[in-house]
Amino acid sequence: MEDNTMTLQNPMTHSVSANLFEGEQRKKLDIRKETITIEVNNLNLYYDQTPALKNIQLRIPNHRVTAFIGPSGCGKSTLLRCFNRMNDLVDACRIEGQILLEGNNIYARGIDVAELRRRVGMVFQKPNPFPKSIYENVAYGLRLQGVNDRKLLNEVVERSLRAAALWDEVKDRLNENAFGLSGGQQQRLVIARAIAIEPEVILLDEPASALDPISTAKIEELIYELKERYTIVIVTHNMQQAARVSDYTAYMYLGELIEFNDTLTVFTNPAKKATEDYITGRYG
Amino acid sequence: MTLREWFKSGAPWVWLNAGAVTLSMVMVVGLLVLIAVRGFGHFWPAAVVETTITQPDGSQITVLGQVTRSQTLPASVIRDAGIEVAPEVTFVTRHLFKQGNRDVTGRDFVWYLQDGMDAWRYPAEVIMLERREWGNFYGYPVSLLEDGRVVTQGDEVFSELRTRVKRANDLHERIHHIERYEIGAVNFRMERVRLGERRLDLDDRIGDTERANRLAAFAEQREALNQEYRSYQQNLDALYRDLRRDVLVARTMDDREIQIPVGHIVRASQPNNMNVLQKSAYYLDRFWEFFSGYPREANTEGGIFPAIFGTVTMVLVMSIIVTPFGVLAAIYLREYAKQGPLLRMIRVSVYNLAGVPSIVFGVFGLGFFVYVMGGSIDRMFYPEALPAPTFGTPGLMWASLTLALLTLPVVIVATEEGLARIPSTIRQGSLALGATKAETLWRVVVPLATPAMMTGLILAIARAAGEVAPLMLVGVVKLAPNLPIDGNFPFIHLERKIMHLGFHIYDVGFQSPNVEAARPLVYATALTLVMLIIVLNLTAIGIRNHLREKYRGESD
Repeated sequence: MEDNTMTLQNPMTHSVSANLFEGEQRKKLDIRKETITIEVNNLNLYYDQTPALKNIQLRIPNHRVTAFIGPSGCGKSTLLRCFNRMNDLVDACRIEGQILLEGNNIYARGIDVAELRRRVGMVFQKPNPFPKSIYENVAYGLRLQGVNDRKLLNEVVERSLRAAALWDEVKDRLNENAFGLSGGQQQRLVIARAIAIEPEVILLDEPASALDPISTAKIEELIYELKERYTIVIVTHNMQQAARVSDYTAYMYLGELIEFNDTLTVFTNPAKKATEDYITGRYG
Repeated sequence: MTLREWFKSGAPWVWLNAGAVTLSMVMVVGLLVLIAVRGFGHFWPAAVVETTITQPDGSQITVLGQVTRSQTLPASVIRDAGIEVAPEVTFVTRHLFKQGNRDVTGRDFVWYLQDGMDAWRYPAEVIMLERREWGNFYGYPVSLLEDGRVVTQGDEVFSELRTRVKRANDLHERIHHIERYEIGAVNFRMERVRLGERRLDLDDRIGDTERANRLAAFAEQREALNQEYRSYQQNLDALYRDLRRDVLVARTMDDREIQIPVGHIVRASQPNNMNVLQKSAYYLDRFWEFFSGYPREANTEGGIFPAIFGTVTMVLVMSIIVTPFGVLAAIYLREYAKQGPLLRMIRVSVYNLAGVPSIVFGVFGLGFFVYVMGGSIDRMFYPEALPAPTFGTPGLMWASLTLALLTLPVVIVATEEGLARIPSTIRQGSLALGATKAETLWRVVVPLATPAMMTGLILAIARAAGEVAPLMLVGVVKLAPNLPIDGNFPFIHLERKIMHLGFHIYDVGFQSPNVEAARPLVYATALTLVMLIIVLNLTAIGIRNHLREKYRGESD
């Protein structure tokens, strides 16, 4: 639905996708020169016997925004959820291959999943604040780790809310229920909650798809600022969004990684015909 | 519009549905109004009627009392009952007189036929006495005696009687206080001393000197308690002497003079001489006595406070037991147990538990809780009291536990439904922050499910408070001497038997020797029970709404 309206406002044509970068001096990036945070080797994922991810090879660079694009059901969210092992919650899910986070396989035996999730934060499609006050939402992760020092908590809550560009809007009502916030504010609160525990990687699963254009713009701006300090992986259905916020783009189709390169190249000079068709709206 | 069109428009269904709702509402409201009128009308001081009846054989009798009910019957019914009615009469009207004076006439409620009855007179000087025994007295005051000497006569008697009844009531209050609390506490401590000695007897690990020391200490305590008891007893004797001082001489409707000790009178009034305001004051006074007082005369007079107190205490103890059990069971079933055929079977069994007749739970409670568990507790912790049982006999604890078992399925089902309704995104949000499953459960999921748990508890309370059958087996009695909560350590006495409104209705209504006197109390008690359940439910609903407000947005 959202994709459709976007398409109507900005008909996606080949020439338009080139226009996305107009007025922006965007350097061409090279994956070979980046520090790699996450490395995916020969990843296969099955639901029961059905393969959902096929032989994925991918490297996520440090302190960059990497976008996963592709049609619905192509496996981009599934791949994202592999990075913090959220797929463990699905009983029928089986994984082969490895994912290295800073050189360590997160699917190795003896890995503390809770610890992993502290290092790899995640923000979901629909804002999911807890039924607690704004303050307690942000402090949740720290309290889990046993931090109860009021001063430290105050500090972290303020810093996280500022980093999520929410502080000015909520500083006078930190003790009110988080459900009282608007959708866009809730989503930024959830981002603040994620960065309060200082993760290394933040996974964003279509973070703006349930938001209005103004809130979407705020979230995108936020992503731009956050990449200074965090490695960000974002799944999006919105082509312009991928082009606007990401440094690298991966195009997936039917569980396979079709193309991965820096965003400028993927959008202006894709190597594969399928990528070009999808980006220009000729897909399907 | 044709009939066919009318059917197609859907209007008949709307009418049908609205009709069903209306019918239900009319029935519920009608029931409440009926028991309210029948029950609470009883406390109103109706006028005292005097009339003369000419009997078929020509003799005349005078009747004095309050008309409780009047009815018109076919004459054949009366003839079948063995009463002579003239053959040309087809309908007969009769009146039920509450003529009191059970000690004089033996019957306090009597039917009199309208035939042969004079016009009703309302003599202003008639007095109505509520007595501690023998029920009401109706008659005319003659004189007041103090220590056998006449102090007042004639018109002055009633006002003097009022002041002396008040004095007697104050004395009763003091006697009651001494007997209940002061002597009660002495007895309680005396029993503790006796049990202490018995425990010493049973314990053979204690050396002889130690034993002698302790025995001496016990003897000393007992002596002190006896001393205390004697001083209270002397006080009591003096109070009882005071109470016996005044005696009222009164004339009954059949011109007999009887003596009524003022100490036996609870209330004295002249209903025919009271204006609406005075009657209202009288009404409120009796109304208050009904809610706050203790029962008198085999539960047919006085108040129902112990029954209200017992019901509330039992429901609260039940809630405290059933909530954690039900919630933990539901969490296990929904969150941890492996979903499969075995779990489905367990779940179906739990749901079906709700359909088991309550008396079956009563039998189980008696057999398992009272005899097995209670018996074991007695042998382990109260060997000194044996053979008298402490927990091995029906009591509050077992009544609450039985009801908790009875209402467990309701709480489990409601909690499970609440847990199932929590969106998975919330759980994932917590897990993604590095929380374990247990942390997610206790910090996020369970708080969100509290409104659902409260819903379960509301249903449980509604069911438990109205339950009677199982309670008769596991702890509810007709008359409990002590409340389950009082000032003696440990303050809450879970082993005590309790009174219960539901059982009180059954007892007063069906086990009472004086049906006519008991009838209004049955209605009043029934209405009290209904209102109590409403109050308990409203409280729980209030808490639930508060919780819902707190967790609004994501919960139900």
